[in-house]
Amino acid sequence: MNLLALETATDQGSVALWRDGVLLSRECPAGEQSSLTLLPLVRAMMAEAGLAMADLDGIAFGAGPGAFTGLRVACGVAQGLAVALDRPVLPVVTLEAMAYADGSPQVAVYLDARMNEVYCGAYRRVGEVLELQGAITVCPPAEAPLPAAGDWAVCGNGVPAYPALSQRLAAWPLGGQRVPTAAAVARLAAPRLARGEGLDPALAAPLYIRDKVALTVAERLAQGGKA
Amino acid sequence: MLVLGIESSCDETGVALYEMGSDGTGTLLGHALHSQIAMHREYGGVVPELASRDHIRRTVPLLRQALADCGRTLEQVDAIAYTQGPGLAGALLVGAAFAEGLATALGKPTVPLHHLEGHLLSPLLSASPPRFPFVALLVSGGHTQIMRVSGVGQYELLGETLDDAAGEAFDKTAKLLGLGYPGGPALARLAEGGKPGAVVFPRPMLHSGDLDFSFSGLKTAVLTYVRGKELDEQARADVCRGIQDAIVDVLVTKALAAVKKTGMQQLVVAGGVGANRELRRRLNAKAVKARIQVYYPELEFCTDNGAMIALAGALRLAAGAQAKAAGPIAIRPRWPLSELTL
Ligand SMILES: Nc1ncnc2c1ncn2[C@@H]1O[C@H](COP(=O)(O)OP(=O)(O)OP(=O)(O)O)[C@@H](O)[C@H]1O
Repeated sequence: MNLLALETATDQGSVALWRDGVLLSRECPAGEQSSLTLLPLVRAMMAEAGLAMADLDGIAFGAGPGAFTGLRVACGVAQGLAVALDRPVLPVVTLEAMAYADGSPQVAVYLDARMNEVYCGAYRRVGEVLELQGAITVCPPAEAPLPAAGDWAVCGNGVPAYPALSQRLAAWPLGGQRVPTAAAVARLAAPRLARGEGLDPALAAPLYIRDKVALTVAERLAQGGKA
Repeated sequence: MLVLGIESSCDETGVALYEMGSDGTGTLLGHALHSQIAMHREYGGVVPELASRDHIRRTVPLLRQALADCGRTLEQVDAIAYTQGPGLAGALLVGAAFAEGLATALGKPTVPLHHLEGHLLSPLLSASPPRFPFVALLVSGGHTQIMRVSGVGQYELLGETLDDAAGEAFDKTAKLLGLGYPGGPALARLAEGGKPGAVVFPRPMLHSGDLDFSFSGLKTAVLTYVRGKELDEQARADVCRGIQDAIVDVLVTKALAAVKKTGMQQLVVAGGVGANRELRRRLNAKAVKARIQVYYPELEFCTDNGAMIALAGALRLAAGAQAKAAGPIAIRPRWPLSELTL
């Protein structure tokens, strides 16, 4: 089984190719927009593996949370590839990919959401599966939920980005996973593809979490603003 | 040659298939469109992030619909054209990412296009199209320009607005009158019942001697006129009529001046405001006297759509333009049309 994974939720984009358990991965060059290099990297990696696009069995992508435009680049490219190849799409939650790559049995993930907020998600490993504890949230660093009692590790670029958060998390060990990677997205998606859990590309969507992006006219008026 | 076109630069998602025969005659085979106007209305204008979120939901279903409509498959597509700019960055990126992904998997090239080139060429989709060269009056929500169109990729700017676009002038004054968003069509509807000359607003730059426009003063003039007044139905209609006449008057005068200046016989009107009936009536009347032909895109192709993008892509390739190898995704949110070559 051959699976392609795309991850552009942060400035550090990457692509990965999973071939029956063997993983190839590439990082988009730093400083360049990953949108420019994403597909050329995919091509180069496929060529290196001696595979044609038609040999892919599914397309996975980092669905979010993360930078909105980055999520849509990964989702849009995945949809385009999948529609053309008539293959399923596998959206993978970025925070889960980070928890997976961290490897600790219990990990609280904090990804920088900009605008002085962090995306938070806590995962517990149960066998081969990562179980989300509660819900994924977005909140100011000072209000981010702390790990529950017990042995927890923490990771993510949200921790060093905000002193208000790193101080509150000083008691927990900070892992090295700063951002999600396509490699982790691929590893999580591969068993799902094998189980037939892929989606029709029309149903693939980014996971934004931050959903209130504008006020309606009625809401502005209610707050004493202008139409 | 079969070209797939994808448009996502603002608040419309459009997908279309255009086939160019070897004899140079083309056919629009299928097209599908989703307008987000209803979604943005609640917000009083286009919310860019919501526009992007909607584009990514719509693209795949619209593509499938366009293909099903004409019984073609993706394997038959020879090139994928899409709007690269100008427009909303996030919205453009959705179309570009999807198109480049699709093309990469199909092993076909892409044709990244200038949105206004699509509008300029859109009258060529009609049953009796104009022939090059012609003068184009491009009047949309974001643009007001007069151009000399000598051929595909050969566009010379003759004049443009120095501030607001004509569509913007319709929409902003409509908002002042409480006509909702986008108010242009509603204002035009009310104006039908207004008395000509009952309310007169200034026509900026009418006699400026060049082909430029200025519409930003109209808002102030309208605001000054309506402030403190209780307007009944008829009075409101009269104000609408006054606004529409002011805008249309300048557009008609300058468009005809451009035709005269260039010595051309054909005038093409493109963009959303081209749907305005009064504009059409007045242009048609003048055209008879001036012995010129005026062409309009079909109503459904006046506003943003995928058909004009598929068409522009096909025409460019037919004119010998190089398609781009699929892969890199690079949008151009700001992109002067004057930088365009074949
Ligand atoms: N009958 C009408 N009378 C006046 N204005 C109209 C009419 N119908 C549509 N419009 C105006 O046309 C504009 C929409 O046109 P269009 O979709 O071509 O432009 P846009 O996508 O907003 O801008 P652009 O294409 O420049 O990026 C709006 O401003 C709308 O009010």
